[in-house]
Formats: sequence, structure tokens, C-alpha cells
Amino acid sequence: MSAAPHDKNMVDAHTGMSTTGHEWDGIRELNTPLPRWWLWMLYATIVWAFGYMIVYPAVPLVASYTTGVFGWSSRGAVTQELAALGEQRAPMVAALSKATLPDIEKNPTLLAFARAQGKAAFGDNCAGCHGAGGGGGKGYPNLVDDEWIWGGTLDDISQTLTYGIRSTDPKARVGNMPAFGADGLLKPTEISLVADYVRSLSSLPLEGKPDLKAGAKVFEENCSACHGAEGKGMQELGAPNLTDQIWLYGSDKATIVEGLHKGRGAVMPHWGDRLDAGTIKALAVYVHTLGGGR
Amino acid sequence: MATTLSTGGGTMGAGAAPGAKSMTLGELGLLITAIAMACLWLLITAKAYTPEYAFHAAILALASVASVFAIVNRYMARPAELPAQEIDGKPNYNMGPVKFCTIAAVFWGIAGFTVGLIIALQLAFPALNFDLPWTSFGRMRPLHTSAVIFAFGGNVLIGTSFYVVQRTCRARLAGDLAPWAVVLGYNLFIVIAGTGYLLGITQSKEYAEPEWYADLLLTIIWVTYFLVFLATIMKRAEPHIYVANWFYLGFIVTIAVLHLGNNVTIPVSIFSAKSYIVWGGVQDAMIQWWYGHNAVGFFLTAGFLGIMYYFIPKRAGRPVYSYRLSIIHFWALIFMYIWAGPHHLHYTALPDWAQTLGMAFSIMLWMPSWGGMINGLMTLSGAWDKLRTDPVLRMLVVSVAFYGMSTFEGPLMSIKAVNSLSHYTDWTIGHVHSGALGWVGYVSFGAIYCLVPWLWNRRELYSMRLVNWHFWISTLGIVFYISSMWVAGILQGLMWRAYTSFGFLEHSFIETVEAMHVFYVVRAFGGGLFLAGALIMAWNIYKTIASPETETSIRTTPALVPAE
Repeated sequence: MSAAPHDKNMVDAHTGMSTTGHEWDGIRELNTPLPRWWLWMLYATIVWAFGYMIVYPAVPLVASYTTGVFGWSSRGAVTQELAALGEQRAPMVAALSKATLPDIEKNPTLLAFARAQGKAAFGDNCAGCHGAGGGGGKGYPNLVDDEWIWGGTLDDISQTLTYGIRSTDPKARVGNMPAFGADGLLKPTEISLVADYVRSLSSLPLEGKPDLKAGAKVFEENCSACHGAEGKGMQELGAPNLTDQIWLYGSDKATIVEGLHKGRGAVMPHWGDRLDAGTIKALAVYVHTLGGGR
Repeated sequence: MATTLSTGGGTMGAGAAPGAKSMTLGELGLLITAIAMACLWLLITAKAYTPEYAFHAAILALASVASVFAIVNRYMARPAELPAQEIDGKPNYNMGPVKFCTIAAVFWGIAGFTVGLIIALQLAFPALNFDLPWTSFGRMRPLHTSAVIFAFGGNVLIGTSFYVVQRTCRARLAGDLAPWAVVLGYNLFIVIAGTGYLLGITQSKEYAEPEWYADLLLTIIWVTYFLVFLATIMKRAEPHIYVANWFYLGFIVTIAVLHLGNNVTIPVSIFSAKSYIVWGGVQDAMIQWWYGHNAVGFFLTAGFLGIMYYFIPKRAGRPVYSYRLSIIHFWALIFMYIWAGPHHLHYTALPDWAQTLGMAFSIMLWMPSWGGMINGLMTLSGAWDKLRTDPVLRMLVVSVAFYGMSTFEGPLMSIKAVNSLSHYTDWTIGHVHSGALGWVGYVSFGAIYCLVPWLWNRRELYSMRLVNWHFWISTLGIVFYISSMWVAGILQGLMWRAYTSFGFLEHSFIETVEAMHVFYVVRAFGGGLFLAGALIMAWNIYKTIASPETETSIRTTPALVPAE
């Protein structure tokens, strides 16, 4: 201890500054005045804050508040920004709404615009299931390839987008894969036979020596009505082609047996109520031009 | 004035003749309360609507029974007289609760940092959610925030405040059982809160997730904490109250008010964990961020400034730079912080005038915040050379530098034009962690490194080299963390607002999420380094406590040393 605890005149040797004379557990305090720059900055921020409160909406009154010099409001600002955006898009939106779907694809400027709008709408509404690039996933069709369950022409895609598949819309595309096992339409042995037969249609390797003839018979009696005699599928019914290597749920036998047993019938929502006609057009063009449009 | 007050622990009611042992009012009251609580929680365990709540009720019943045994045992074992206030004219400090908090802080810190690392990895690799409700990000994230803020930070604050208030008041901690009730009860609250998150019990208010019964428990503990702290100040032997104690008191009082205001809920039943908050809509949002922002302002700023004001001058052996600055910045900080909450709700349904208010006060808050930084850094004047040799002091000083940086960044981000870019992005996460890891973390580590040898009567820490390693590894970790989050946040904000020449958004949301992956990996790496540093600290502290005790306390008062 270099000084008595309550020596008011104690001066710190290093700074030459006096202390307040207090001491707590050996800690003293210097009498340093407030740093000038600090004080002026404090004043400056206070002045700025009051200025800001004059310019912008700030002071609550009984039933309203001061609206500031320019009458700025965040709602007004958003309205303006949206209006500006609308104005920027307007000529192209008008052109898009007049053009037919095939015309849009023939006109490079319109196509570029529709694809830009379609990409934004796809990211917000479709990417959640079909993936950011439209690659799909288990149960969610790949939109990039040229295999289309319900048709890949512009009109087909537009109809699917507007009314959905197995959605609540009365004009929705309907058509289910029946639950052959659960509903007792086929016995487990028959399901196993037909699953092997289906795998053979796309030349997938088979386990053991399954009786393909018996499987073919089950197929003919139960499946060919929708999937066609050769298993090439039927777009009007949403029955997929079983002879290619593209599988919505998976190509292993267990997955095929599962589908035969429980049936399949995933839902694509109808977007006609939620998106305007222009956006649906843009989306149809965007999806059509992703790679596999017909 | 206050020095003549009696213990405050409740001995006056016992009316015992000298030598005859009887229970104090405090012991008796706490005993009866614990018995009543044990019965109540047993009943609730039996009748709880959900198994999760029954589990909590069982924990609380067990804790109550344990308290009954602890109180009775302690009573049987203690001499007739309560511990003396003074021994040989020197204050008989009560350091048991401080020791408990110090160890608890290290434990919870490591737990909290570990959970932080896990959720950082979950963001980079979502498979690590394991598709289980208990390990999902949604439950782990509040576990992380509560563990680091309330469990780690809270124990550091309670522990250091109990230490500092005794040393700077030259008075034994007020109360006999009360300080223990505070530290043990607070940690019980932490256990209830943390296990609740994992079990899915939450009221979904950020940083205030615990349900009504945990909130009530905390309320009782916090009021006791306030009374212990205040009563100790009132019986001080020093004429004036030291600045650190102003900050601690400001923190304790304001947190009580915030906690009560933000948790006004109506439970569905005493047998249900669920409750409904009375606030609705934008009012609820405003109350929530009045709470949330001031939890930062008073828990993580004012409280830790209290730590800074004691440990930096103490460690540096220098007087506090400016008494006047400490007064002005204290009152300015206290007055202005409380208004700044609306800046969390820019561009929302909150009325424009309230947003302006929040922004204006945030800007004015800049200098009051920096007052603390100036006082912390300038206290080093005359002792800068010690930064080369004392890694503990270096940690304390770097914490103040991070404090200065994040209290500049905060007002900057509250400006609406900046906020429109930064809000909802990882920039906010970066900002929070420059404050949390840099400021709160380092000032806490510094305080713990000071406290452990002082409390356990050791000459020095086991290894200064390990402190050095801790410092550099975690500093590197912080740099990786905050720089990756700055880049990620600004990139994210720019991607969200990018328009094509046709007037459509350039990126879908999921593309902006994909773009974050590499930054999330870097962030997790930084967090891992920070955790590694804390593990080094835990080892160092364990070895310090396990080393032989020095004969007498080496804790002496440093003189004002003239600078070389």
C-alpha cells in the first residue's frame, strides 16, 4: 500500500492525475475528466437522434403519431417499391398474357422473361418438393428428364399446374394405383410374381428363377388396363411407363411390392387458385424448357 | 451508516441464550418451505397431465427433499453461533457460494459450447439432427443459448458479484442460507429449463423459453439474490459504493423487471406445464424484444461491465481511468438501453414511430457503451507492458476490445437502411457471437482465471502457458466464427434482394441456403476451436485446485505502482 486509504490529495505517479480519494479492496479511481471527443460524440448522436425524430415518424400522440417532415412510412415505401417493380415488368407481363404458350417459346425475349419469372416462382413454390433444379426426389417426379407421367407438352404441364393431380380441385387429374394387397385383390405370392415380371420389363436383374410367365399373367389381368399390354404406361391415366429405367419411388423389389400392396397416389397441389394466370404460364414455360419438354 | 445493521440472516428472531443452539428464522422458514414444496411437487408428480411435466415435478420434489436434509444436517453440524461477521477485525468473507458458481460456470460453459458446436454442425450437415425430436435443431438451439447465457454467464455473474460485493464493501455476504439458496436454486432452474427444452417444454419466447413454473422458481431466486446483494451493500464498511456494484445492482434489478414483464402467463392448470402468455400480436412482439434486447443490455453488458470494473484494475494493479466517465456512462447506459428494443422489429408490423424510437436510442447508446470500453482500456495506461507477460490480463483487455467492436456494430445494424440488409441473416449471428465469445466469454475466462487461485489459496494458476494456449486457440476460433458469419450474412442479404433485369428475384430461398454451406462449416470449425480453448481452461483450473494449498492467502492488495 503506497498511500493512506483516504488521502484526498493522492496523485497517481504515472498519469499525474489525482484520485478521488476512495479505495475499495485496493482499487482507486482517477479524477480524469471526460474525454472531449467522447463527450462531443455523445452530443452529436443525441442531436442526430432528435433530428431523425423530426424527419421520420416518431412521437406517439393520443390517437396518432407525428409523421415526420416527408410523411415517410414503411407501408408507403413498400407500396412504392412494388409499384416500381410492377411498372418495370408491365410491358412484358402484358405481352406474356397475350401470347399463347407456343408463341412464348418462339419469341426469345418473351421466353427469357417467362423463364426469369418462372424460375423465381419455381423457387418459391415448387423447389420444396421437386428440388431447386427440378431434379425431384422419391415420390416427387424429376422435371428435367423427358419422361412425363401426365404428359410433357406445354398444355399438359399447364393443366397439371392449374388443376393439380389428385388435388381438391374438381378438374384435378385423377387416377390411382390400387392397393392390390391391402384391398385383397392379389395374394402376396401373386404380388411377388408380378413385381418380378415388372422388373424384367426394364431388364433389371432378378433374384433366383422367378416364374415370369405366371407374373405376366397376373400383369395382363390386373395391370395392363392402365399400364398397357407392354407396360409402356398411359398418360391419360397417369400410369407410368414401366419399361424404362425411371422410377418415381424406386426400382428395388421391396419398393415395387410396397406399391403393389399399399397402392400409390401422391398429390400435386392445384396452383390455379394461388398463382395468377401469367405466373402459371411462366411456370409452364420454365418447366417445359428445363430439359425434357415435349 | 449501514455498518451497524445485524446479519440480515434472520438470527434476531431466535432469541437464543448464549450457548443454547436454536434454529434461526431463516433456517426454520426455509425448512418449512422445502417441506411444503416437497409435498406439493409430489402431488403434481402424481397428477401431472404429461410424463415430461411429471419428470420435472419429480426433480423439484427430489430437490425439495434434498434441501430438507441439507438444512437439518447443516443445523445439526454447526456450532450454536452462526459464522462471525468479522475475525480479528477482518471481514469473514463467505466464499463457498462463489466457489460453487466458479466450478458451475466452467461446467455449464463447456456444456453450452459443446451444444453450440453440435447445432453449428447440424446447420452445415442436417443429417446430424438424427430425425429425433430430442436432438433436433429446434430443441438444441434454446439449449445452447440458455446454457451459455444463463447457465455459464449467470453463474459467472452471481459468483463474481458475490465475490466483488464482499471485497469492495469489506463485509461478509448477507444472510446465512440465502446465498446458498440463490446459487443452488439458480442451478436447479438451469436444469429444469435445459431438460425442458429437450423434452419439448417451451413457451416459444426467445431467451425466455422456460414455462411458468420454472419462471416462478427463478422469480423467487432472483428476488432473494437481489436482497442478499442489497443487504451486503447496506452493511458495507466502505463509505462509498464501488462502481462495479452499481452495474451489478442495475443488472439484478432490471433483469427482475424484464423477467416479470415478459413472462406474464396463465397456466392451463397446476398439473400442466403449458401456459398462455397474456400479451398478444405486435404487443407481445414488442414486450418480447424489450425483454430480449435488455437481456443483452443488462445481463450481458451491465453485469459483465461490473466484472470488468473489478477485475481489470485489480489484475493490472492500476486505478480506474476516470471516475466521472464511470458515472456518466453508467447512467446514460441504464437510461438509454431500455428503449432500444424496437430495433429488433424493424420493417415489421410494429408502428413506424416505435421503430424510429428504437433506432434513435440505439444510436445514442453508442457513446455510453464506449464509455465502459474507454474506462477498461485506459485503466491499462501505465501497465500495458503486462499484456506481454500476463495472458489473463490480455484476455480481459481483448474482451474489452471485442466489447467496443460489438457495441459499435450494434448501433450500426440498428440503422434501418443497414438493418434491411442485415436482418434475418447470419450477420446477426456473427454480431451476437463477437459480443458473446469475445466480450462475455473472455471477460468471464479472465475473471475465472483470477478467481480460482484467490478462492482456493493457490499462489498462481497451474500453468500460464496453458492460459496462453487457451487465449490464442480461442482467439483464432472467434476470428473464424465471426468473419465467416459476416461474409455469410452479407452474401445472404445481397442474394435475397438481388433482382434480375426483368424485375424478378434472382435467387430462390433454397439457393441462398445452399450458398451458406461452406460458411457454416468454417463457423463450426471456429466454434470447435473456442470449445477446445475452454477445455484447456477446465484442465488448468482442475490442476490449480488439485495442487497443494499455499499456507496463507497470497491475496494481497496491490499498491499503485508507478509505471516503468
